[in-house]
Amino acid sequence: MSANINPRVRLPQKAKPGEIIEIRTLVSHQMETGQRVDGAGARIPRKIINRFTASFNGKTVFEADWQPAISANPYQSFSFRARESGEFKFVWRDDDGVEHTASATLTVG
Amino acid sequence: MPQALSRRSFARASLIGAAAAVIAPRLAFADAKSVAAEIAKLYGDRAMSAGRIKLDLAQIAENGLAAPIGVEVESPMTEKDFVRSIHIFADGNPAPGVVTFKFTPDCGRAAASTRIRLAQSQNIVVIAEMSDGQLFSHRQDVKVTVGGCAG
Repeated sequence: MSANINPRVRLPQKAKPGEIIEIRTLVSHQMETGQRVDGAGARIPRKIINRFTASFNGKTVFEADWQPAISANPYQSFSFRARESGEFKFVWRDDDGVEHTASATLTVG
Repeated sequence: MPQALSRRSFARASLIGAAAAVIAPRLAFADAKSVAAEIAKLYGDRAMSAGRIKLDLAQIAENGLAAPIGVEVESPMTEKDFVRSIHIFADGNPAPGVVTFKFTPDCGRAAASTRIRLAQSQNIVVIAEMSDGQLFSHRQDVKVTVGGCAG
């Protein structure tokens, strides 16, 4: 079920030095809260993405710890101050231990 | 006559049953106390100031399954003076915790947004911690038209 969360990341390809850009991310995931019951009355176990991490050139720049109150197909946006060109890496960590990744390049100049 | 009585007692019993059904799921919800307890777990009884936090959340959330929420905290976001984290709590969801954002000076702005589940009308509490340890808090109530407590 956690085979493909289809990460979608939106950010500008280029930025001026010192410019603050916005990064928007979206993944496909049920975000099962652990509160729901199935047709037979049994509780459906919790299974969410519990952490989103963004790093730039190997350095963590932003993190979000998600609780079950985060909606299905979780969206996350945050800001970043562009100083040098480099590569973003985004990691979504699932309750089942699987880490999904995506990357994006930013050119500063 | 005994039949009428038994019908009445049946009606009374089912009324109690209905009331219990309404009350029972509510016992599993967070409240202002459990939000305060979560905050105390993080920060003990440290003082909190008002201000600096700008919460972008509709007064009336039409869809409790996915309510957009954005938060920004005033800060220069320099190596010496930045916002370390923002915690968001809800006092009417099954659990008080919603999300924690952790920032670095590289963020440039202490701003983030996501979409949250709101089981019912309730209060949202935001706590921001600065790099020097100062704490700020903000509260807003939100009315929920369709609760996000599917199942």
